Amino acid sequence: MAYNLKEEMNKEERFHSGHRLCAGCGAGIVCRAMMRAVDPEDRAVICNATGCLEVSSFQYPFTAWEDSYIHTAFENASATASGVEAAYKVMKKKGKIPEGENVKILAIGGDGGTYDIGFQSLSGALERGHDFTYFCYDNNAYMNTGTQRSSATPRFASATTTPAGVESVGKKQVQKDLTQIVVAHGSPYVAQTTMFGNMKDFHEKAHRAIYTNGPTFVNVLTPCPRGWMYPAEDFVKICKAAIDTCVWPIYEVVEGEYRLTFEPRQKLPVEEFMRLQGRFAHCFKPGNEWTIEAAQEYVDKKWEELLAKCR
Amino acid sequence: MSIRERLSGNEAVATAIRQINPDVFAMFPITPSTEIPQYVAQYVADGKVDTEFICVESEHSAMSACLGAEAAGVRAVTATSSAGLSYMNEVLYVAGSLRLPVVLAVACRALTGPININHDYSDSFAERDSGFIQLYAENNQEVYDNYLMAHRIAEHPDVRLPLMVCEDGFITSHAIENIELEEDAAVKAFVGEYNPENYLLKKENPLAVGPYGVSAYYMEARVAQAQAMINAKKVILDVAADFEKTFGRKYGFFEAYKMEDAEVAMVIMGSSAGTAKVAVDELRAQGIKAGLVKLRVFRPFPGEELAAVLQNCKAVAVMDKSEGFSACGGPLFAETAGACINLDKRPKMIDIVFGLGGRDFTVDAAKGVFNRLENIVKTGKTGPVYTHMGQRG
Repeated sequence: MAYNLKEEMNKEERFHSGHRLCAGCGAGIVCRAMMRAVDPEDRAVICNATGCLEVSSFQYPFTAWEDSYIHTAFENASATASGVEAAYKVMKKKGKIPEGENVKILAIGGDGGTYDIGFQSLSGALERGHDFTYFCYDNNAYMNTGTQRSSATPRFASATTTPAGVESVGKKQVQKDLTQIVVAHGSPYVAQTTMFGNMKDFHEKAHRAIYTNGPTFVNVLTPCPRGWMYPAEDFVKICKAAIDTCVWPIYEVVEGEYRLTFEPRQKLPVEEFMRLQGRFAHCFKPGNEWTIEAAQEYVDKKWEELLAKCR
Repeated sequence: MSIRERLSGNEAVATAIRQINPDVFAMFPITPSTEIPQYVAQYVADGKVDTEFICVESEHSAMSACLGAEAAGVRAVTATSSAGLSYMNEVLYVAGSLRLPVVLAVACRALTGPININHDYSDSFAERDSGFIQLYAENNQEVYDNYLMAHRIAEHPDVRLPLMVCEDGFITSHAIENIELEEDAAVKAFVGEYNPENYLLKKENPLAVGPYGVSAYYMEARVAQAQAMINAKKVILDVAADFEKTFGRKYGFFEAYKMEDAEVAMVIMGSSAGTAKVAVDELRAQGIKAGLVKLRVFRPFPGEELAAVLQNCKAVAVMDKSEGFSACGGPLFAETAGACINLDKRPKMIDIVFGLGGRDFTVDAAKGVFNRLENIVKTGKTGPVYTHMGQRG
């Protein structure tokens, strides 16, 4: 069935308003879209790593989640999901959950809980082949504790532990390419997306991931107005700039086959993305021009590598 | 009808697991507990259990997977030792606070520094505040029996707390001894099915587990958890009474050995109690009124009951098989002394840290401790309260 935004938006919400995420936070949009990708007749169990989303969506005695939800710690969303999935298999085997009744096991964490502290647990669960989908809302830093750098923070971004200063141009290292690392695990479906257009790309990838048997992974670039330092209303502009500059390429990998799902008509220079955000402000100061050149060089290299894989 | 067998402690635990047939076992290997999941893996391979056996990539994930499975609505178990238990630390607390009755077998082993694979209680004692019920055993029979009682205690609606079944690493986990096993059907009937009221996979009522609890709510949750641990005392005794009725072996919070008229006594745990009992017998034969309390339940701590059994002694030695680095005694001493604080007449008490990292404990060493106690009684002087025993120099 062709994607229809209106129909999708008419679905019953499974992630409710009233949560405490910041105005303009992308995590809430990820959650709503993720839950729309679960067919209405199916149930879900969401396993959430500690982070902004957890403290904002399930503050006792309120929950924003319509489906069952569990949070245990920061680094173990995948391991917790492994246990839920094992329990589901046993209950199916013993007839405690009848045939034809589906529960989708979803895990979700920020980049800190996924790229860094939760990386071992994620890798283990991918390798073991549990039937679950991991959504990473990658907002490029430890936002819940106040924008400390993570391995997902891009080079030259100023974070509170890699601040720009007279001796510093922000983070020294490039972003860890987690999506490629997940691909290397042999997962049957891996995708990168963000929030742009009518959310078709996100929806189709999320749905395919959730309804592919085995461990699947969707990495979502999720701008954070506070950490990236831009006005909340520029959210969509930022997402669009990320994909138009190829800072965040939009693609999927199905059983190891790469496919580009969005190619900008005209690839914009990386400064079009950087200029919008205060975390890169120092890059535009006289004398720091080289940072923008270096950023461009890296994006170009990664983009060419990806294009080669997609051919 | 009981079945006479010869098994190690690890195989006894594995046998209990086979008989109970838990839904999920999440394993990560560590000496000396590794045999437990190895036996279970073979049961799975041979179709003897329906258990989903997950080989996770760390102990932290083993306990995390147990939390997920237990919250989802099934019985989940694991086993570990030493550094593995320490690595679980964070999520052990989560198990307690989420009130998930995970059962964890611990083959107790020294913590690293220097690395050592042998027995003491530095691993399990370090988790005394984690919210786990802790049961200890003198031998393989007691480990097996504790395991048969574990799920019923942990899952009881008044309790709903995780539980550690502790055995002494190598001494109990690997030594093969005679044991009486119970029939599979009798075990299944005794343990029963697990039917939690609310769980993640329940269709009718989706559940949210593990909230952010601000100051306005946190304390209520912790007090409720503390009350559950208090409630566990009655449930432990009730389950033990039913166990005795069903299988004939008697258990309580502790075993009071020749304590009726004891003047000098030892508080001790695990396999060392077997050695110390020989010393008590030999001293009794010489007319010395020696006795011993072997603590089975360390969490909840049976403070009142322990104080009641010690109150008529003149001198008591608390035997700590763990060094707490408090500079004034080991963990068991602090708890035992604390329990006796409101007695009108208290015995003099000393703490002896012994057996660390598998250092041998002999009948003669136990007799030496009683000697010290007799001297305290004779002279009225306690002498040094906190000492170590069995080390060179």
